[in-house]
Formats: sequence, C-alpha cells, structure tokens
Amino acid sequence: MRKDSSQIDGHYRRKLLLERGAKELVCLLLCLLSLFPFLLMFINCTRPSSAIKAGLSLIPGDYLLKNWASFVEQCSGLQIGVFQAMLNSFCIAVPSTALSVYIASMTAYGIHAYRFRLRNAVWAFIMAIMLVPTTISAIGFYQFMLQINLVDTFWPLILSAAATPSVVFFMRQYMEATLSIEMSEAARMDGCGEFRTFNSIVLPLMKPALATQAIFQFVASWNNLFMPTMILTSDTKKTLPLFVQMLTTDQFKTDYGVVYIGLAVTVLPLFIVYFLLSKYIVSGVTLGGVKE
Amino acid sequence: MARKPAPANKKRKSVSYRRCGYFFIAPFFILYLVFQLYPLLNTFYWSFFSYIKRNLQVTIEFCGFQNYLNVLGITPGETAYFFTYLKNTVIMWLCGFIPQILLSLLLAAWLTNNRIKLRGRSVIKVMTYMPNIIAASSISVLFGALFSQYGPITVTLKKLGVLASNFDFMQNISGTRGLISFILFWMWYGNTTLLLISGMIGINPHLYEAAEIDGASGRQSFFRITLPLLRPVLLYVLVTSAIGGFQMYDIPALFNSTKSGYQGKPADSTTTVTMYIMRLYSSDVGKAAATCILLFIVTLCVSLIFFFSMGNKEKRHERKARKLDAKAARKSN
Repeated sequence: MRKDSSQIDGHYRRKLLLERGAKELVCLLLCLLSLFPFLLMFINCTRPSSAIKAGLSLIPGDYLLKNWASFVEQCSGLQIGVFQAMLNSFCIAVPSTALSVYIASMTAYGIHAYRFRLRNAVWAFIMAIMLVPTTISAIGFYQFMLQINLVDTFWPLILSAAATPSVVFFMRQYMEATLSIEMSEAARMDGCGEFRTFNSIVLPLMKPALATQAIFQFVASWNNLFMPTMILTSDTKKTLPLFVQMLTTDQFKTDYGVVYIGLAVTVLPLFIVYFLLSKYIVSGVTLGGVKE
Repeated sequence: MARKPAPANKKRKSVSYRRCGYFFIAPFFILYLVFQLYPLLNTFYWSFFSYIKRNLQVTIEFCGFQNYLNVLGITPGETAYFFTYLKNTVIMWLCGFIPQILLSLLLAAWLTNNRIKLRGRSVIKVMTYMPNIIAASSISVLFGALFSQYGPITVTLKKLGVLASNFDFMQNISGTRGLISFILFWMWYGNTTLLLISGMIGINPHLYEAAEIDGASGRQSFFRITLPLLRPVLLYVLVTSAIGGFQMYDIPALFNSTKSGYQGKPADSTTTVTMYIMRLYSSDVGKAAATCILLFIVTLCVSLIFFFSMGNKEKRHERKARKLDAKAARKSN
C-alpha cells in the first residue's frame, strides 16, 4: 500500500514538474520575443549597411563608430539633432507631468476630503470624460491655438495634458485606500490652512502614487506623436518621435546602419529608465486599476 | 455674550470647509473646460463649415451637414473615405486584439496558478510589459527597417525558404496589416496580462477550493469560475483597447506610409481614420472636423454596446457567484 501511494505521488510530481517546465519554456520564449527586436537593433548598429542587407546576425560588428559618424553627418543636414529633439521632448514632458500630477492629486483630494454638494456629480463627470479620447477634439484644439497664437510653441502640448482624468481616478483610488480624513482634521485643529495641509501633509503621504503616475504621464508625453505633429511646425522645435519620423525619409533610408543607430539613441533612454524602475512601473500598471 | 456667537461661527466654518472642495477641484475643471471641452465643441462647430483654400484665399461658409455627407460618401462623386479607413482600423485592431486577449488570459492563468508555481514570475511580467513603455514611433520604424524588402529578417526568411524570393511585406496588403497587428499585439499583451492578473488575484480562493472538492478539473474551474468573475476586468480591457484602437495613429503612420499624404501603403490599405484627420487638418478643416465627430460617435456607440451587452450578464453571474460563495462558506464550516 505504502509503496503504491508513493509511486503515484512520484508519478504525479513528475507530471507537475513536466508541466511546469513546458510552461516556463513558453514564458522564456515570450521574454526572448520581447527582447529580440531590440537586440537586433543594437547589433545592427555595429554592422555595415551591406552586412545588414545580407541577413540576420547575432554577432556584433566593429562598425559602431563609423555608423555613428555618418549618423552625425547626416543629422547636420537637418535643422535638428537628436539631442536637441530629446531636450525638446524633455522640456514638454517635465512641466506637463508635474502639472498633471499636481492638479490631479489636488482634484482627488478635493473630492476625497470635502463633502460638497456636487461631489458625486463631479466624480461621475470625471469617470465619463475618461472615455473621451483627446484625438477627437484635435481639430477644434488646433483652430483654438491658431486663434490665440500658440501654434508652434510648447504651451499647447503642456496645457492639454495638464487635466488628465485618469490620473485623478488613480489618485482617488489610492487616497481611499491610504489617506484618513482624521489626519487633515487634526491638521485643521492645529491651525493649518486647508491648502497648506494638502501641500505639506497630504502630498508627502502620496509619494508612491505620485511617483508611479509621474512615470506614466512622462512616458505618455515623451512618446506622443499625434499632437506634436499638428502643433509643432518649425524643425528646431521637433520632439523625439518627430525626429524618429525623419529617420524614415529617403535621406536616411539608403544607409541601414544609420537608421538603427538613430533608433537605438531614441530608445536607449527609456530602456534604461524602464529597467531601473521596472519594479514600480509593473506594480503601478494595476494599482489604480479596475475594482468591482 | 461671548458664548452666543460661537455656535453660529462653528456652523459657518463647517460650511466653508465643505466649500473648500470647490477650490481644490477648480484648476482641473478650468483647464479641462478651456483646453479639452471647448476644443471638442469647437470641433463640432467647425464640422458645419466648408473651408476652401484657393490661391492663398480662404473662404469659410456655413454648409450644414455637407461635410458629413462628403466624408460618408453619400454625396455623389465623393469617396466614402470614412468607412474605408474605419474598416482598415477595425481589421488591424481586431487582428491584434484577439490573439492578445487569448494569450493574456493564458499567461495570467499560468502566473496566478498556485498548484504549479512558475519560477521567475516577476521577470516574465517585466519582460512582457517592456515593449509597452518604448515609444510606438520608434518601434514602428524599427519593425519597418527589420521587415523591409532588404531588411535582415525578410532576407533571412527568404534564405531559409520560408518566404518566396519575390515576397515583400511592404507590397502585400495582408503582410503590412499583419505586421501592424503583430506590433499592436506585441506591445500590449503584457499590459493586458498584468490587468488580468490583478483581476484573478481578487477572486475568492474558496471558490476554487469548493470546485476542487466537487471534482472540477482545472479547465472547468477556469471557464466556470475565473472567466465569469473576470468579466468587469475583461470589459475594462475591451473598452480601453477599443477606444485606443480607433485612435490608432503612431504605428501605421510611420510603418509603411507616404510621408507627405499620410496614406498607408500598399493601396491605401493601412490608412487609419486618425491618419485621414492628419491629412486634412490644415487643408480642409470642415471635413477633418466632421471625421473627428463621426469617430467620436462610433467610439461612443461601441463602448456603450460593450457596457450594456456585458453589464447585464455581469449581474446574473454575480448572483451565481454569491450562491457559490455561500456554498463554499458552508463547506469550509
């Protein structure tokens, strides 16, 4: 009897191990699939154009510096270099991120801590406008910016991202879970003004939520292509995605190594940031997510 | 004397505290009204005007629903661009979304399974989510370079005999559409997996125990417990993905398109609605605005259909789940 049961146990365990091995293999392949295009990109940076045309290779070449030199040379023909484009993206992403996160947490705190009459209506409104994509109002927005002479400046891109309903939604979810109203009441007792309570007590408590939302807002602004295409007309103001768009023009298309090195330069900053912050980013995706 | 005004004072104060809420929400609403709601109404307004540019002379005239009729191809002589491009968009979205949701369900089930704990779960999450953070524009150009006529992947596949020697992804309608769908799938399945995992973790483990005691197989408990209870998360994934899908722009605009006209090659088969808006936004404002409004209506209708078709069932299943829950509670007692 005893032997029998242990045999069954062993059989069952072997089956489980086999199943686990098979599943892990599939997951490993999926991980490789995520990396593979980027791996090819970094390797192709180091290979001459003729070798790239001849097919795949996983062995880096020694052409990196030459490719970089011709990339710099071809960029000098444009009005804008890759680092200027990065700086432009940065100058848009930083203020729009700071504004949207600050204003969203202010709004969420207003709804969370004060029981004013329109509270529920305001919350319903914010939930509803989360479903309205910004592309829909693009034409009216562009005409409005023409009217007030803000076309070809960074302002429209910063201000249109400043009121983001999904961040408000996230912040309120987080506040409901972590922030007790007694805290602000205690501050009020001690004679702290409402606005100061928010700035010096509530905001520091919200740091984890602020950080994750700031990452996502920054990435969204950094990667945005649609709005800058409409708003930014002069070459010197182009953002990074618009620079990437220029890599597809005929000027670059002839030399393959140059295209890959241009792409690698644009991808590298986000790559580094992602792997440094991946723990926060991955847990942040679902933090404010759906609840029943 | 000193006592009397105190209650009145207190009352006024508590009222004024409530009102502070308005002060906190004001900046958001002012910015929203000026930079998002007004532009939306402005788009609506512009969609009723014809905007004709001739020899640097612009004439703007009220034209009623003419723009809508033109875009929809109801006016004789006009092509129904809106429908053509909406069809392109929907095809590419569906071909990316269906494999995405299936793989995400499978992966999420694997990663939340307590019987067979996979090693390296956090690495899997980090790696599969990674493409989502990288700019869609860079990814699109990268795939364009890898799969172009002389791109390394195309050349290698031809050498291996997988592709015919004269095949070119960029000249083939299903080739280009397939690759765009693949990029969408590849960029988003990690995100969907994370959302589904958080939904699955929220399901009461007693349900699975009860099912196991009743002799349910892993497959049965997935289809009878996990899927029905995952409905709200699935609805969220479906609606956000559909809304995003209708606005699809970055990938098709940079993947294989004419640079000046925002037309998706080959043969206009990968042009999306937003690319059409981009083509018109400075030359024919009225038409572009009408396209925006039509896209808005379509997006709204699709979201509402999803909400209502899945919402009712949700309640039914909730009742079912509650019964199961009670059963589980009885068992554990």
